Amino acid sequence: MRAFVAVMKRDLRLSVRQGADAATGLMFFIVVVALFPLAIGPDPAILGPISGGVLMVTALLAATLSFDRLFQQDFDDGTLEQLLLSPLPVEFLVLAKCLGHWLTTGLPMIILAPILGLLLNLPAVALGVMLLALGLTTVTLSLLGAIAAALTIGARRGGILVALLVLPLAVPVLIFGVGAIDAAVSMGSSRPHLLLLGAAAAVAAALAPWATAAALRQAMT
Amino acid sequence: MKPMFHYPEFRLSGHALSCLRAERLVFASLDVAVASGDVVFLEGQNGSGKSTLLRLLAGLLAPLSGALTWQGPGERIDHVRYVGHAEAINPALSCRENLTFWGDVWGAAPAAISDALDALGLTAVADLPARFLSSGQRRRLALARLLVAPAPLWLLDEPTVGLDRFGQTAITAAIDDHCRRGGGVVLATHVELGLSAKCRRVRLDDFQPAGNDLLAAGGGEGW
Repeated sequence: MRAFVAVMKRDLRLSVRQGADAATGLMFFIVVVALFPLAIGPDPAILGPISGGVLMVTALLAATLSFDRLFQQDFDDGTLEQLLLSPLPVEFLVLAKCLGHWLTTGLPMIILAPILGLLLNLPAVALGVMLLALGLTTVTLSLLGAIAAALTIGARRGGILVALLVLPLAVPVLIFGVGAIDAAVSMGSSRPHLLLLGAAAAVAAALAPWATAAALRQAMT
Repeated sequence: MKPMFHYPEFRLSGHALSCLRAERLVFASLDVAVASGDVVFLEGQNGSGKSTLLRLLAGLLAPLSGALTWQGPGERIDHVRYVGHAEAINPALSCRENLTFWGDVWGAAPAAISDALDALGLTAVADLPARFLSSGQRRRLALARLLVAPAPLWLLDEPTVGLDRFGQTAITAAIDDHCRRGGGVVLATHVELGLSAKCRRVRLDDFQPAGNDLLAAGGGEGW
């Protein structure tokens, strides 16, 4: 447990120290969302219905940019091989890393999302559902991203490869996330969508650590 | 000074090991053993497989054939400290933060951090971000990790690279002390350390396979 907390705290501390890295993804999120009203036009009747989709897709892209931070530096400087030799099971190491990743990328996006929703004229009734959907989506993305980041460790230009691996896997999450927001906008029930999103997060939490651990062990040989 | 504690008896032995790197047999039918109180020097030319053997003993690589046996309490992985070429130092964290992290991972006592920094002469730079360290200081910090949480078997890959005379004296003293407590060390180095512990030597040049690639060994059919 102490080792688990240590790994997570180290990642949080590093993301504060190397603030520019974490801020880049967040700035990307803000700038891309801000581009949509400029491109499509400021008509609330057009922006409102697509706002859920815009937020989700942009969050997905912003998260994708950050996955190479998960393991690459630790792999390069030898920290990862030392961690694989530590008493902390690799699966828990992965979970600690994912939790640290979500706290430094997913959570800040959720905090900013209401303001960006306002910018896109997201109907106020859908705000709560949007935050919940975005929360579950980013959790799942952090877990899926770990698999891709571990598989592409040591690959040159790994960032693009990570995007190619994660984006197809993220399609179901995207569909249910946007479905939940759309249902809330049209006063329907977003409950089934949110339940499916929750199920996706639960499956990812159960399986991703194993897959990532296997990929990390493979990367060491 | 803390009361002297002793490691439990252990023995790690490898029998008929061979290892493949980049489709090339690095060494073959190699026997190696290290037990409590032993220092084993790995000797050999560059590329003779010293680092590979150390990674194999650490458990980071699997042998192509042969077997590694750990006799002692628990599992091998909980009793090994490996210091390789990659120093596992994060440049954005201070020396103390780097060491504290490893102390937390291995369950060390908080006082051990300052003791380890002191033993390798890093107290003056303890709170400096590691990116400002010289290469010798980085090496010392990597070696300080050995002293943070005790483990009986040390695997050291070129521990003296970049170290000044003080650093070499410090690591020599640490190895001698470690062996007196019943620890064991396997190290690859080209420097004579002047240890007082009993040393054995394994010459890796003696275990080079005759036909030095798989194609010659008869694996060429599949290509």
